[in-house]
Amino acid sequence: MSTAATPAASGGLSKKDFASDQEVRWCPGCGDYAILSAVQRVLPELGIPREKIVFISGIGCSSRFPYYMNTYGFHTIHGRAPAIATGLKLANPELTVFVVTGDGDGLSIGGNHLMHVLRRNVDLTILLFNNRIYGLTKGQYSPTSEQGKVTKSTPYGSIDRPLDPVRVALGAGASFVARTIDRNLPHLQETLRRAVAHRGTSFVEIYQNCNIYNDGAFAPLTDKETREAAVVELVHGRPLVFGRPGERRALRLRGLVPEVVPYAEGSTSGAEGGGADGGLWVHDEHDRRLALLLAELEPPAMPVPMGVLLDLEAPEFIAAHMEQERRVTQTQGPGDLERLLRGPETWTVRES
Amino acid sequence: MTTSTSPGASSSRGERTPLVSAVVRFAGDSGDGMQLTGSQFAHEVAWAGNDLATLPTFPAEIRAPAGTLYGVSSFQIQFGSVRVLTPGDRLDALVAMNPAALKVHLGDLEPGGLLIVNRNAFDQRNLARAGYRDNPLEDPALAERYRLHAIEVSRLTHEAVAGLGLGHKDAERCKNFFCLGLVSWVYGRPIEPTIEWLQRRFAREPALLEANRRALLAGHAFAETAEIFGEAYRVEPAVLPPGTYRRISGNQALALGLVTAAVRAGRPLLYGSYPITPASDILHEMARHRNFGVRPFQAEDEIAAMGAAIGAAFGGAIGVCGTSGPGLALKAEGLGLAVMAELPVVVIDVQRGGPSTGLPTRTEQADLLQALYGRNSEAPLIVLAPATPGECFQMAYEAVRLALKYMVPAILLSDGYLANGSEPWRIPDPEELPPIEVQQPPAAAAGRFAPYARDERTLARPWAVPGMPGLEHRIGGLEKEHISGNVSYDPDNHDLMVRLREEKVRRAAAEIPPLEVQGEDAGQLLVVGWGSTYGAIRVAVERVRARGRAVSAVHLRYLNPLPPDLGPLLGRFRRVLVPEINRGQLRRVLRAEFGCDAVGFHRVRGMPLAVGEIEQAIEALLDGEAGA
Ligand SMILES: Cc1ncc(C[n+]2csc(CCOP(=O)(O)OP(=O)(O)O)c2C)c(N)n1
Ligand code: SF4
Ligand SMILES: [Mg+2]
Repeated sequence: MSTAATPAASGGLSKKDFASDQEVRWCPGCGDYAILSAVQRVLPELGIPREKIVFISGIGCSSRFPYYMNTYGFHTIHGRAPAIATGLKLANPELTVFVVTGDGDGLSIGGNHLMHVLRRNVDLTILLFNNRIYGLTKGQYSPTSEQGKVTKSTPYGSIDRPLDPVRVALGAGASFVARTIDRNLPHLQETLRRAVAHRGTSFVEIYQNCNIYNDGAFAPLTDKETREAAVVELVHGRPLVFGRPGERRALRLRGLVPEVVPYAEGSTSGAEGGGADGGLWVHDEHDRRLALLLAELEPPAMPVPMGVLLDLEAPEFIAAHMEQERRVTQTQGPGDLERLLRGPETWTVRES
Repeated sequence: MTTSTSPGASSSRGERTPLVSAVVRFAGDSGDGMQLTGSQFAHEVAWAGNDLATLPTFPAEIRAPAGTLYGVSSFQIQFGSVRVLTPGDRLDALVAMNPAALKVHLGDLEPGGLLIVNRNAFDQRNLARAGYRDNPLEDPALAERYRLHAIEVSRLTHEAVAGLGLGHKDAERCKNFFCLGLVSWVYGRPIEPTIEWLQRRFAREPALLEANRRALLAGHAFAETAEIFGEAYRVEPAVLPPGTYRRISGNQALALGLVTAAVRAGRPLLYGSYPITPASDILHEMARHRNFGVRPFQAEDEIAAMGAAIGAAFGGAIGVCGTSGPGLALKAEGLGLAVMAELPVVVIDVQRGGPSTGLPTRTEQADLLQALYGRNSEAPLIVLAPATPGECFQMAYEAVRLALKYMVPAILLSDGYLANGSEPWRIPDPEELPPIEVQQPPAAAAGRFAPYARDERTLARPWAVPGMPGLEHRIGGLEKEHISGNVSYDPDNHDLMVRLREEKVRRAAAEIPPLEVQGEDAGQLLVVGWGSTYGAIRVAVERVRARGRAVSAVHLRYLNPLPPDLGPLLGRFRRVLVPEINRGQLRRVLRAEFGCDAVGFHRVRGMPLAVGEIEQAIEALLDGEAGA
């Protein structure tokens, strides 16, 4: 996997061609830097001319993203980026459009638009930076903050139950759902490549550390000692295996109930041998029902799945819209303004 | 002189009394088909070459329980051989299909007016539902006060359609066409256009076609042969400017104006909308015209519709969204973004009674201040308002034209009356409309592209859209640095940008044609109106002037910026009267802008203003003036 800022084969652009002349203003140490860097590295590989790439964002620390990309960009209003991006794609279906949003922007104020853009399957890539906090407004709890969280607005702990972006996306009928994390650059880049390659709405949740207001929210997933046991990396066609060397574990489904079993390298069945329930849980990213079960995996009992949970081929909104336009134009002929204005019935008043 | 080539009365026996104009209202249960009846009658009237104005009124409930007062639906039309500018204040004729319709509408019928009722519907159940203890048809006072014709419409309709194998319900449904035939004969309007319409409508249901045709003919023949109508009328064709005409409603005209603008601009048009009365019909109409490059988008809410329009405008298409007052409230933040990003979007607000859900199916003019000021901070934009249903065409076109020329959002204020009301419309030649100018960006410059460099004349910024190489740039809701468009928190830059955004809208005043004053352009009293009150004000002023009193009127179609000649005009009158269907919103604006001590006339009943009440307000002011 290429991580160097070298010109890609097609387009001849490099990472720095995608950096704008604006000074990046996130807090030092913010996870947003790593995401920006990953995006700027992946874009040159795609061979898409810069002028055809657009970043649309809402409001939040994360949503400052477009200012730092030397492409077209639009920093819009809180929560509405999916709607604006949909309008943009309808105006010009040839564009490659990214939506950058946060856990507050995308799931609180903009939850409705997120649900509907996923349902329509508009050809966009949505990057949801989940830091489980409202960064820009200086640290209130968000819809993804864990219950009991003490923040400025919840001095006695939050009583809201959090929601999980991935389950929201699956529930809304998303055709591509992935999860990745700011600290794992190769995984982040690979996930981005997969997301852009998907036709339809690609929903990518990116765990992002806000070192000012919610530092260490994902530490167990990134710390050397804990991460191997805490994360299961999804690989299509491969069993769900995790854990430190020597303590490898795998997941198995007993009916609809997942369970952790010891794993011997190379095996496709439980270490204790093929019981009545058959073998290990093998990841199939084309199976929506399995994706739903994956999304239910939660620490501490279960590892957190990272990678592409779902990648389905599904009818895409913009293409269907344009196809309808083409079909109507074909059957009715190109619009005849004079005929339209006349309508079905006319009468004439003459000069006499 | 002009004449109409279409035939006048299709049949007449003996002498018909000539009328200059007439006001007729069809009223019945929601299920009685009154809107269709009225609309078909309007169609006949238009065909006969009359001028006309219509006022459909329907309940907010989709299928209100039969026979109830709140379930009554009505359609009013005024038509004449003269210019007709309003649907009329008082009725010359009322068709009441049931007791509830009679109860709700009788008060509007002129004493001595023609009253046609379906006697069969006056049974115990319907009487009770309408709250009548006794049958009003048996009260001799009714026949004394009005020319009452209590006809067995249901029975006669059933007889007419007998033998066609229709069920009771389907047969009963034809009774509105019986009434249409009857009224058509009374006023000598041709029924051929209705028969043609039936043939098209029921092309695939021959039984229903035949049934409705028979009912229509039966009503027509009944009026002719029963000779219960001592009088029959004729209304000569109106003297309209020569041209080809069609009948059009405000919503239809508005949609056609948008489509025409898209075609003339050579750009696709995104029409985003979330269904809301009375704006939904624009969405329905736009959705049909895919072959004109219209991209309809039924959004998840008004905020998303606004967002999609902004996104489309950012992408180089024409971004339009349509809604009513509650939806405009939801679009406020998006409009602010469009002001800041200086993108050409058009928002249509078909005003209805409010606040909140208010009177969804009734008209009002109370969103003017919301349109002008209903956003956070200084967020000026263009506000236009058509005066008649047909004018919705030009003003929709104008909204798109100005938005693109000045790179600024525009709001178009229609209302429930304009939206559903209809009038004869002279079909325009699109080539005669002013061209649509687009702010082309420079070809890719060597240096960094400056998205906020402005055209010297209009102050518009260039419309550089994704896909154009070399012009990549970022915009957004944060304050922009003058010219470079970079984010800027500089105090003086902000002050400058606030002024530039305002000045840009002000410069659009150069586009406004000179005001047309009805009457003298100086004197005692000037009546100032905007929007759909145009017709009522004009007729009221005409009538007062006909009595030899000095009063003038002017009508505003541009509410921001205001016409440059308005201030001087106001200064040439001693008093100014502003009739509005609100509590004085334009009056406030005139006071604020010109220090003009205007007097208001307000009725907020969900109805168009009546000519008579405006006349009275004018007379009262003139009398007070004389005494002062
Ligand atoms: C209409 C509106 N309401 C509230 C705000 C204030 N606001 C700005 S960002 C934000 C929360 C952002 O949280 P998130 O989406 O998680 O982004 P982060 O800053 O954490 O990246 C809020 C409440 C706003 N800008 N607009
Ligand atoms: S507040 Fe948090 S999310 Fe925002 S820039 Fe700082 S570290 Fe990043
Ligand atoms: Mg956040």
